[in-house]
Amino acid sequence: MAPVGPRTGDAIFSNVERVNAELFTLTYGAIVRQLLTDLEEVEEVNKQLDQMGYNIGIRLIDEFLAKSNVSRCIDFKETAETIAKVGFKMFLGVTASVTNWDADGTCCSIVLEDNPLVDFVELPDTCQGLYYCNILSGVIRGALEMVSMKTEVTWVRDMLRGDDAFELQVKLLKQVPEEYPYKDDE
Amino acid sequence: MAAIYSLYIINKSGGLIFYKDYGSSGRMDTNDSLRVASLWHSMHAISQQLSPVSGCLGIELLEADTFDLHCFQSLTGTKFFVVSEPGTQHMDGLLKVIYELYTDYVLKNPFYEMEMPIRCELFDINLTQAIQKDRVVLLGR
Repeated sequence: MAPVGPRTGDAIFSNVERVNAELFTLTYGAIVRQLLTDLEEVEEVNKQLDQMGYNIGIRLIDEFLAKSNVSRCIDFKETAETIAKVGFKMFLGVTASVTNWDADGTCCSIVLEDNPLVDFVELPDTCQGLYYCNILSGVIRGALEMVSMKTEVTWVRDMLRGDDAFELQVKLLKQVPEEYPYKDDE
Repeated sequence: MAAIYSLYIINKSGGLIFYKDYGSSGRMDTNDSLRVASLWHSMHAISQQLSPVSGCLGIELLEADTFDLHCFQSLTGTKFFVVSEPGTQHMDGLLKVIYELYTDYVLKNPFYEMEMPIRCELFDINLTQAIQKDRVVLLGR
């Protein structure tokens, strides 16, 4: 049987079931508001959003791999491109771009011009420290951890804080391939 | 008639999370199926080390006199393998379908705990349908 090649983000996005964008934006907004009411501290909310994203990411990765048919990425550069071009397109319907590579190719920025999570959202003065889209950083971190990459994902630019785009910095900390305990006498 | 004898799903640590028996012979009890699954997990891992070719991802097909064993490992380490009649075609395609059913009905179930045994009714129902459809297609050829 001929192996099927990887599919583009557009192709998959047009094939999956989609939901009303407003419903998605409203639901996410409701989650953030509820977290703020329950936890009160902006830092705590940031942490919870990241944790929620992590829990989503560890499950999302298999869905991504199953539907997109990508094979193992040869290096982190390919991983970042795949996340930006296929991942974001498939799940959020937006294409992101990858920039700002560092010298050893372990750190880059993923830039989103368009972000459906923040439609109609404005941050009030009381929530200035809030990373509204922090769920996204958790999702990327969780997903990559399931494919043996420990990463650190932080926000560099946030349009809700006055910047001109959304920029996520993704830093590869280390590759942790599955270790098999062959030696008992360590 | 091409037939599937059994399906196993193993989590990334080698524990059996799903086992379904379709054949009338060779039925195993829970302990045996757990043992077979961890044996396969180890063999799969060892085969990657033994391979003379670098970048080997482990055993994909085992052909014996009385059965074939097709194995698919996702990039996340979950293994899906099916024991079938020798010469059964399109098992790779079936394993991919089962992987997609897993991502839908198991992983998207918020009450399913990762790496734990699968007890999702929707997964069972859809899996049975997929296997039936496969059987019909194979018989039709």
